[in-house]
Amino acid sequence: MSVLVYTESEQGKFKKVAFEVASYAKAVADQLGTTVTAIAINASNISELSSYGVDKVLNISNTQLDAFNAKGYTEAIKQAAEKEASKVIILSSSANSKYLAPLLAVSLNAGYASNVIEAPSSTAPFTVKRTAFTNKAFEMTTINTDTKIVGVSNNSFGLVEKSGSASAEDFSPTISDLGVKVESVDKASNQVSIADAEIVVSGGRGLKGPENWGMIEELASVLGAATACSKPVSDLGWRPHGEHVGQTGKPVASNLYIAIGISGAIQHLAGINASKVKVVINTDPEAPFFKAADYGVVGDAFVVVPQLIEKLKAFKAQQ
Amino acid sequence: MKILVCISHVPDTTSKINFTEGDTKFDTNGVQFVINPNDEFGLTRAMWFKEKQGAHVTVINVGGTETEPTLRKALAIGADAAIRVNTAASDGFSVAKQLAAVVKEGGYDLIIAGRESIDYNGGMVPGMIAGLINANFVNNCISLEVDGNTAKAIREIDGGKETLSTSLPLVIGGQKGLVEESDLRIPNMRGIMMARQKPLTIVEPIEANNETTSVKFEKPAPKGAVKLVSPDNLDELVNLLHNEAKVI
Repeated sequence: MSVLVYTESEQGKFKKVAFEVASYAKAVADQLGTTVTAIAINASNISELSSYGVDKVLNISNTQLDAFNAKGYTEAIKQAAEKEASKVIILSSSANSKYLAPLLAVSLNAGYASNVIEAPSSTAPFTVKRTAFTNKAFEMTTINTDTKIVGVSNNSFGLVEKSGSASAEDFSPTISDLGVKVESVDKASNQVSIADAEIVVSGGRGLKGPENWGMIEELASVLGAATACSKPVSDLGWRPHGEHVGQTGKPVASNLYIAIGISGAIQHLAGINASKVKVVINTDPEAPFFKAADYGVVGDAFVVVPQLIEKLKAFKAQQ
Repeated sequence: MKILVCISHVPDTTSKINFTEGDTKFDTNGVQFVINPNDEFGLTRAMWFKEKQGAHVTVINVGGTETEPTLRKALAIGADAAIRVNTAASDGFSVAKQLAAVVKEGGYDLIIAGRESIDYNGGMVPGMIAGLINANFVNNCISLEVDGNTAKAIREIDGGKETLSTSLPLVIGGQKGLVEESDLRIPNMRGIMMARQKPLTIVEPIEANNETTSVKFEKPAPKGAVKLVSPDNLDELVNLLHNEAKVI
């Protein structure tokens, strides 16, 4: 009755979030007095999971699953859950995990709690804390079913390293018709995605036009951050929809969120509430965002940001 | 093509969020309810199919009588018919079961739901409907074309997008991008008058247990005052981020 955790990888390499969900699964397994079994799909270096509390890895090598497919991945995880008699399954909050989790819940008749930010406060009844109302509140939720699925919010639990060794076992699930075929993927390989980012640098209308985004990108590059934007900016077509952060855009749960030229509408603030530290740079000292920020600079972005880039470069050079 | 658009009745995006009954219930006092924004993009796309390719569009909601103005608004926007499943929406899985029962009964080709509601953010209903009726499913859908029995969709992935091909029956979890925000429709007087004549059918719920129970709500702790740094002293900001906040 292991706790089962799906550890995501991309082009054979584990994503950081894989280690975070493994850390979470270990915490749950300790509460339940059991072990952690990880499912790794087409991942190359499965021994890395040993450092995050995983006891056993079900290693799946299957060319049908080279491209993510929600139905195919659901079948693989379901068969792994049945093989291990797992009653608790842990996933991340990536776009892919949120895609497959509801299908998995139906196929296992399991209750599913998404956006979970802490280890269970109780395992009987199984109760977790999750964000709701787009980060304007938290909800304590009890999962009533025999099998439980928990979607852990990215960057909420952190990485907890443990020394140990994981045994590996090849596992070959039966995958049927996939139903949906991937025709093409359009992804900038050298960019940090908002979902994975520990730091997000975001720009608003105060930047006056898309031609001024170079300094946002440079600041992001210095910090190893993802770039994002406010809703008006994506509505104006200055930046792609995928960068829009807020209630109808992407939620951000980064460690650091730097908002530049964004006034801080309630819908935007809801989207970034889960970020731990917020820095605001704005010319208007009355901008509502300053009330939500930890650190603020009242000043012209076109003067402040280039200077900040230089200061950070100097700081990085010293490290 | 028969399209079913699932409509969630949610607090307006500017609503202050409060709780009542010992923080166990959402306080609806003074709250304006609207069509869930992610559903509104889907509804507008359904209108596009109706006008360009010919489709019959039904909107559906699981909820009490208080949700009917939201369904009437969808009818005023142009949906042909509305269904209300007469039970409180208390858990994503049970809502999906109610919706799936109606889908099975009605033989819909395309089911459009928002990728998540902006109140409970569960993000599970569209996928669960697909699982329950064994239909194809595309989540985070930002573009959808249908030609006969085949569909081409684009979905947002972390850090990019993915183009997919699939077939009907299809469930999508839609979001901004499915149509442009400027294409969203505001009901006009004619639409509002016509909506009164359109059928709003009340369906009694099937038996479905709650797989999850909402126990209690909490609001985030109040924030301390912002620490302002002079634009002439950005070394101090770097220092604070490194030594105090420990985020760089």
